[in-house]
Amino acid sequence: MLAYLIRRLINAVVTLLVVTLVTFGVFFLVPKATGSDPALLYIGKQADPVAIEGIRTKLGLNDPIIVQYGKFLKGLVAGRDYANGPDVTHCAAPCLGYSFKTNQEVWPLLIDALPVTVSLAIGAAVLWVLMGVLFGVISALRRGTIWDRSVMTIALAGVSLPIYFTGLLSLSIFVYGLGWFPNPGYTPFFDNPAKWFSGLILPWVTLAFLFAATYARLTRANMLETLGEDYIRTARAKGLRERDVIGKHGLRSGLTPLVTVFGLDLGALLGGAILTEAVYNLRGLGYFALNGIRTNDLPVILGVTMFAAFFIVIMNLIVDLLYGVIDPRVRLG
Amino acid sequence: MSIGSAVQRPYLDVKDLTVRFETDDGIVQAVTGSSFALEKGKTLGIVGESGSGKSVTSLAILGLHRTRSNAKVTGEIWLDDEELITATNEDVRLLRGGRMAMIFQDPLSAMHPYFTVGSQIVEAYRVHHPGVNKKVARERAIDMLARVGIPQPERRFNDYAHQFSGGMRQRAMIAMALVNDPALLIADEPTTALDVTVQAQILDLIRDLQEEFGSAVIMITHDLGVVAELADDVLVMYGGKVIEKGPAIDVFKNPQHPYTWGLLGSMPRIDRERTERLIPIKGTPPSLINVPTGCAFNPRCNYAHLNGGASETERPELLDIGNGHKVACHLSPQNRRQAWETDIKPKL
Repeated sequence: MLAYLIRRLINAVVTLLVVTLVTFGVFFLVPKATGSDPALLYIGKQADPVAIEGIRTKLGLNDPIIVQYGKFLKGLVAGRDYANGPDVTHCAAPCLGYSFKTNQEVWPLLIDALPVTVSLAIGAAVLWVLMGVLFGVISALRRGTIWDRSVMTIALAGVSLPIYFTGLLSLSIFVYGLGWFPNPGYTPFFDNPAKWFSGLILPWVTLAFLFAATYARLTRANMLETLGEDYIRTARAKGLRERDVIGKHGLRSGLTPLVTVFGLDLGALLGGAILTEAVYNLRGLGYFALNGIRTNDLPVILGVTMFAAFFIVIMNLIVDLLYGVIDPRVRLG
Repeated sequence: MSIGSAVQRPYLDVKDLTVRFETDDGIVQAVTGSSFALEKGKTLGIVGESGSGKSVTSLAILGLHRTRSNAKVTGEIWLDDEELITATNEDVRLLRGGRMAMIFQDPLSAMHPYFTVGSQIVEAYRVHHPGVNKKVARERAIDMLARVGIPQPERRFNDYAHQFSGGMRQRAMIAMALVNDPALLIADEPTTALDVTVQAQILDLIRDLQEEFGSAVIMITHDLGVVAELADDVLVMYGGKVIEKGPAIDVFKNPQHPYTWGLLGSMPRIDRERTERLIPIKGTPPSLINVPTGCAFNPRCNYAHLNGGASETERPELLDIGNGHKVACHLSPQNRRQAWETDIKPKL
């Protein structure tokens, strides 16, 4: 088990290294391809050549790409100094550089944005798992009935409707129309839990609706498959109550495949729910990603990408380790 | 028998059992008018091809068709003076796994992959002994594992089904079925998924346990060798109907139905000359959706021409030919005797 864990951790680190390499490569190649100069992006178009050269030296843009990549990695692990002669700016580890636009350090910027995205993702995840599994199981048990068909039709709508549609619709109905909810926004949980909750409820529901639809369909399919298994017949033949047959033997296998999907979905969302954050004006990682893309703010894009990759790799790792626990047929070692 | 006293029934008494499934393709007539009886301590072998209605019959006894909304079960199933088809779901559930238990064909798929073998046996025990604490139930489960011949039962208790070998898995399945001392044990092809050497061990085990517990056993199989080995009575099913039944010794020594002959002829035997071919039954089992009129075996029967077309139009009744040996066939007793003595018996 320990050997497996170490191997998986090394694996995760290597994956992250590859991600840095690729994103850094893109970071380096995009300005080349578009003919723009990172130094220019940083300082603005009207700068004089001396200042541009100074920035170039300070950011190390004149170094070969390998050296730049090495400095970038060193910055991540140990921090780095941006120096142009006596003009030294220290960027503490983990250093993701400075935003071209606001001149702020990227790392603290993203760390500040993280609670917003985490609140959004976790809250929505709780909702969609509960709703998806509940409706999926009921649909499976009532297969072919009106109930099953209605749930599956709504689920199909949920899968098909994009966030910017359901999100804006919910805003215009529940906030501006009926006035049931305050304008969505983020309040830190420890400042005011009630406000944190009321400001996020609409984004949660909107995001959860999309995922709950997928999970309901998945749960229904898994449960139907499981309920046809021989061991379910055995459970009945033993004289178990139907609620134990379904609730214990059925759910145990029917929900196991969801763990993988859930881990990956949550990992992806933690890297930023771009559309949801944009619709509800929540300043999470997705908001910064969108802003970075819009303004060509390469360090921010690089930073958000690294965060997103980190979460996906970590969630993958957690799912794999969890599988060793929940599925005894998966031998760890 | 005086009026007012309970009718003396066999321990298991199945009368005119019929099972239908409504499907998109039509009504599947899985079992039609099947009747048989079984006393405690005796073994009934049910033989027939796949789709002949053997498994459907056993699932009907356990009431396992009740969870299928498209299944319709009629007739009477008496277990120890209790009628099971009209009984409530809860009453049947309490009997299931308690007084009547079942061993399934493929123990790997019949055991839950995510629960330990021990916990599944404990679960089976505690459903029917609600007051028993976990420790006692665990001891009982380990005791049962030991009884069915699983070495180091305390250790194997915590293993999962996939960690057992095929034979050990089936032993564990038997331990689970017997944990509540069932009076009726149904074994649905218990050795089909096993190695030949292990098959014999499992059959011995079932026989030994039956002697120990005195249960009634229904052995469902397509292997006549198994029936010859274990059964007191034999029921031959074809196309969802009982076509021959009787004491095992009579059915084997003096089989009456052409289908039974076919089954015997299809059985490989070590003492037969290599140059002689097996005698397969030509054709395929009938569709249970569009059941042909007349005898279901008619299209595959080599002797149907001997009775002037009755096999095509009339369904043969199950008639007693003596000593409880019954057959459903239009052939005259003379025709049957002649065909058996001259065509079939010399080739076996």
